[in-house]
Amino acid sequence: MKITFPHMGNVYMIAKCLLDEFQLDYVIPPFQSKKTLEIGTRYTPEGACLPLKITVGSLIEAAELGADTALMVGGAGPCRFGYYCRMQQEILNDIGCNMEIITLEAPNGDAWELLRRIKRVTKGMNIPKLIRVLTQITRLSIQIDEIEKICLRNRSYETVKGTTNRIYQEFRVQAFTTAGVKEFKKLIKETRSKLQKVSLNLDQKPLRIGIVGEIYGNIDPYTKMFLEQRLGEMGIYVHRYVTISDWIVEHIIKKELRLPRKKPYAAAARPYLNTMIGGHAQETVGHTVMYAEQDYDGVIQIYPLGCMPEIVAQGILPRVSVDLDIPVLTLIIDEMTGEAGYMTRVEAFIDLLQARRKITLDRSRAV
Amino acid sequence: MSKKFFLGVDVGSVSTNLVVIDDEDRLVFKKYLRTNGQPIVSLCKGLDNLTGFDKELEISGVGTTGSGRRLASVIVGADIIKNEITAHAVAAQKLMPQVNTIIEIGGQDSKLIILRDGIVYDFAMNTVCAAGTGSFLDRQAERLRIPIEDFGTYALQASAPVRIAGRCAVFAESDMIHKQQTGHGMAEIIAGLCEALARNFLNNLAKGKELKAPIVFQGGVAANIGMVAAFEKALAEKITVLKYYDVMGAYGAALLAKEKVLSSNQKTKFLGLNTSRQEYKTLSIECQDCSNCCEVLKILANGQEIACWGDKCGKWSGSNKKYTQESAS
Repeated sequence: MKITFPHMGNVYMIAKCLLDEFQLDYVIPPFQSKKTLEIGTRYTPEGACLPLKITVGSLIEAAELGADTALMVGGAGPCRFGYYCRMQQEILNDIGCNMEIITLEAPNGDAWELLRRIKRVTKGMNIPKLIRVLTQITRLSIQIDEIEKICLRNRSYETVKGTTNRIYQEFRVQAFTTAGVKEFKKLIKETRSKLQKVSLNLDQKPLRIGIVGEIYGNIDPYTKMFLEQRLGEMGIYVHRYVTISDWIVEHIIKKELRLPRKKPYAAAARPYLNTMIGGHAQETVGHTVMYAEQDYDGVIQIYPLGCMPEIVAQGILPRVSVDLDIPVLTLIIDEMTGEAGYMTRVEAFIDLLQARRKITLDRSRAV
Repeated sequence: MSKKFFLGVDVGSVSTNLVVIDDEDRLVFKKYLRTNGQPIVSLCKGLDNLTGFDKELEISGVGTTGSGRRLASVIVGADIIKNEITAHAVAAQKLMPQVNTIIEIGGQDSKLIILRDGIVYDFAMNTVCAAGTGSFLDRQAERLRIPIEDFGTYALQASAPVRIAGRCAVFAESDMIHKQQTGHGMAEIIAGLCEALARNFLNNLAKGKELKAPIVFQGGVAANIGMVAAFEKALAEKITVLKYYDVMGAYGAALLAKEKVLSSNQKTKFLGLNTSRQEYKTLSIECQDCSNCCEVLKILANGQEIACWGDKCGKWSGSNKKYTQESAS
């Protein structure tokens, strides 16, 4: 059995650690590229959302490297993502790709089924070890997100543009050859200290933008066309609430264990959307409100074409934008999205934010 | 001291526009050329026209905009490169400072810009579809064998416009053919098409936005009086078409260049009008070094590489030092 899993941002680091700790044979698909998307688009329905296309492409690339079993997460959030695992399996069967998809979820709350599936992967069952490793990699996911957070801050303040990015890219590449929790902790520590040494000019007052929207497009740098890096290099401070560790802790662990979950966004979204309607719509609306309350300059919503929950959120955001006086730009991505048009909108949005800030500054000076 | 002049260049999908303004923001030269898929050729032609107009003209600053703004900037040497949304807003505000809404329809894109208190407050640009833009009108005019310039006049002669499905360009064309075959007059169909396009624009871009007067309409399509009438009918507001409506992007770029040069006190990066005499060549390569397969574009002037972009890693464009040294050796 040679295991693989589709890419989603830095998820590969966590999955790799888990598989290394159990000394399983696996292969990581290459970072997504135009080729990944081309393969994915060829075999998925035209109307399917972009993450399905990219993940199918990723799995086929892994199959070319010898993988025969893929790990996926499921989920019962009422959005098409919950069916990805089934769709992927059917598509792979149809094209004669010999790969089995094991979905790590407890179907209809059947925890034993989940354990049986894990047992099949880990070949045997060592519950204390499983719990220990899961705790370790959860902590690791939090640390990895911290690295990302430092990068987002660094990019907007750094004196030599591109320094942070170089360290971050190095980190992503080195992660491929780092095995096990212990080694990973070392890599994270080294990267953190490198990032902390980057020379920053803290006198600047960069524009602050919050990113909201569908989770895959939010987390995966390829899918959002490296928007955060680009904004960072334009000297803009970017923040995002939706992260991998948040997803693991809040949406997987706490949900499965029926623990109380932190939902500050739900309270924030209440005047506009008072219930969970699937996907990350409630988060999108709630986070936009939260950014407005923290005096962010603007919000960018990103979602893949056809994402139903986000379409609903997009319909609500103009109201939030007027009520709380925060500009919102919506970017819809699909496999056809031309980079030029996308950047034109972002650049115009930045001009808009800068002009607004100048006016506010002038007014406060006049007073 | 001699008068200062500023050049604005807007390289769009359908037209390439050049304007020159004086230091009192008046237009002294304007050229509207078809891009015909050859932005460099049309840009050089525009520069030649400018040379013909006044070869002694001293340009103190250059701004470029439009989808080809980067390409144009390396050819002319630009002091500022600005996206077309900002450029259009700046231009409209100069001519009508109290403007609140800008409708802009160009060759392949349409924009809606909302301004409040003199700054851009919100904007929208057509996303996945180009139905209702200039190219589509062009094609329909050609199909009906009516010069595009007369399209609007026909529309205004209609007694009762027919309803055309305007959501998709392909379906709109089928619908027009159908209406022709059922016997509707040409004028009615053209008026119906204009109304369908105005409706499509408002449905696509104006959703949830408040379009406050004064409203201006600019871009090549604003020349079409049928479209102006259709927007006035749909919005029940007066629509103003400003005097430089067809070159507003370039006008905005020139204004921005003027501001930049005068505020920074720097010498212009303009390469001179003779830059159009050089022989330009573009070279596209698909890099095979990784799975991104970037389409790298190199621009050569008289055989010398002057610009390069399209790569994600910076290996060709030279933003990555390691590779630049290798290619230099």
